[in-house]
Amino acid sequence: MLRFLLRRSLGALVILLVISAVTFFLFYAVPRDPAMLACGKNCTPDALAVIRKNMGIDEPVPVQYWHFMVGIFAGRDFAQGACPAPCFGYSFATQDPVWQTILDRFPTTVSLTLGGAVVFLVVGLGAGMIAAWKRGTVVDKVFSSASLVLSSMQIYFVGPLVLALVVYQLDLLDQPKYVPLTEDPAGWFLGLLIPWLVVQIIFTANYTRLSRSSLIEQLQEDHVRTARAKGMSGRFVFFRYAWRGSLIPIVTIFGVDLGSLFGGAMITEWTFSLPGLGTLAVDSVRNTDLPMVMGVMLFAATFIILFNILVDAAYAFIDPRVRLS
Amino acid sequence: MTTLTTEADAPGPDRPGDGDAFLSVRDLYVHFATEDGTVKAVDGLSFDVARGRTLGIVGESGSGKSVTNLAVLGLHNPRSTEVAGEILLDGQQLIGAREKTLETLRGNKMAMIFQDPLTALSPYYTVGRQIAEPFRKHTGASKREARLRAIEMLDKVGIPHPQSRVDDYPHQFSGGMRQRAMIAMALVCDPDLLIADEPTTALDVTVQAQILDLLKDLQQEFGSAIVFITHDLGVIADIADDILVMYSGRAVERGAVREVLRAPQHPYTWGLLTSMPRLTGDVGEELSPIHGTPPSLLAPPPGCPFHPRCAFTDEVAGDRSCHRDRPAPPAGRGAACHLTAEQKHTFFTEQIKPRLS
Repeated sequence: MLRFLLRRSLGALVILLVISAVTFFLFYAVPRDPAMLACGKNCTPDALAVIRKNMGIDEPVPVQYWHFMVGIFAGRDFAQGACPAPCFGYSFATQDPVWQTILDRFPTTVSLTLGGAVVFLVVGLGAGMIAAWKRGTVVDKVFSSASLVLSSMQIYFVGPLVLALVVYQLDLLDQPKYVPLTEDPAGWFLGLLIPWLVVQIIFTANYTRLSRSSLIEQLQEDHVRTARAKGMSGRFVFFRYAWRGSLIPIVTIFGVDLGSLFGGAMITEWTFSLPGLGTLAVDSVRNTDLPMVMGVMLFAATFIILFNILVDAAYAFIDPRVRLS
Repeated sequence: MTTLTTEADAPGPDRPGDGDAFLSVRDLYVHFATEDGTVKAVDGLSFDVARGRTLGIVGESGSGKSVTNLAVLGLHNPRSTEVAGEILLDGQQLIGAREKTLETLRGNKMAMIFQDPLTALSPYYTVGRQIAEPFRKHTGASKREARLRAIEMLDKVGIPHPQSRVDDYPHQFSGGMRQRAMIAMALVCDPDLLIADEPTTALDVTVQAQILDLLKDLQQEFGSAIVFITHDLGVIADIADDILVMYSGRAVERGAVREVLRAPQHPYTWGLLTSMPRLTGDVGEELSPIHGTPPSLLAPPPGCPFHPRCAFTDEVAGDRSCHRDRPAPPAGRGAACHLTAEQKHTFFTEQIKPRLS
């Protein structure tokens, strides 16, 4: 297991390196000059040159990339001041240090993701299990069609709808906002309740469908029939034999979902104006803010890769045939 | 035992009467509702098996062999399956029995060995645990006792180092060992009826012989009734006391193993025998398969279901009775065929037997 984790971590570093290079060079393929944007309307060539130098984009692109990568590991000095490792530089748009901005935004994203994930995993798997257990009955048909309808919904459609109803029409809750858990647990909970429920509605539907189909597939396995032939009860066979096997596709999808949600749920955060990594990513791209784009990109990629490794490690616990080494 | 009423001309070993049958199947119908219509997988089948005897059921794929035995265990999905007739296990009617009742019988009084031991064992739990599970359920044994029992059973079916192999997962076993583990699992509660559904088909020939010997030994020890399903007549000759040949969900021929193999009466059985390659035959000799394909179970041919593939329909007296009338199922030694007893004897000795030697 240790060797597996070590090997995968090395692989992850290589992937992150490739992602950083691709992002960096792609950024310069975009025909927008961040210095021009910062310089404003009455820009002189001299002022532009100064801005370029301050931004550090007066050098050739490969040299810039080299400085950027060195900065991440060793820190860098900027006109705005020293930047200790891990240094992603200063935002072109706000002049804030990138790393600190990401750390400030991260708790919002984590709260949104974890709160939503707990609900959609529990409710989604539960509903899927009930549908599979009662397959072919009215219950199954209601669950299946409801989940099909809900999973076809979009957050930017359901979100404003729920807001209009709960916040403006019925006045049950305030506009969603992020309050740190450590400051005000009740405010944290109430502020994120609507986003959680909306994210949960759509993800739950997906997990219901996934867990139902995966269970039904498992129930048709030969070894499930063998367990029945041994006289084990339907319930025992369902939970011990079929459920165990149905976990593998669920864990796979859950890992991917969680990884990408940790990198920022762009649409959800945008819909509810929550200051998380998702809105940060969207803003930084709109502002042609290279250091911020790089920072958010690598941060999000790290989580996706991390959860991929965790999923592979989880396989070994679920399925003894998987050997990690 | 395969006796309904013993025909006067039926020779063979002494047959116990109906009262001795441990498993008794009467007029069994198993129909599946599908989108295309009703599949008549088993269409009026009767047989008996007594304790200590082995009944071999032979037939092509789709002839209803496996379906019959899944019906005995009550493993069909009740929502899409219609099962009618009588299945008496030690006098107890299983059709329509409550699921709870069936659960106490399965794995306990009647057990099943499946064809492919790789897919039929769960990959997620150790072999020992899978063997111990039914033992705990049916005997109320503790975890420790059940584990000891699993080790004992693994030893009995010839797994070396059972104390350590008991904690292995199925994928750590070879194919033959998996089938042995499967047999250990089926026999853990000393069942009186053992149904083996092509237990040797997925194994190579040497392992196959070992498994057959093992089953014979275990039957001697426990005195179980065995229903052995296969399409391999060689295996049947080795293990069975009686044979039931199935075609299109019906019995077409039955009798003691020696009678059926030495003097088969049904053209389908003749086809099965002549299509077997012979070790003594010339290498260049062509195999002679049964022409045509097994009939559709959705719309079986009228009359005798075998008539479209039969070479002897013109020999039957009367106006196209093979196309019109379903032959009566054999009672005791016999075959479901419109040919007369003399015709069967003549055709077999003159046309078929020379091709078998």
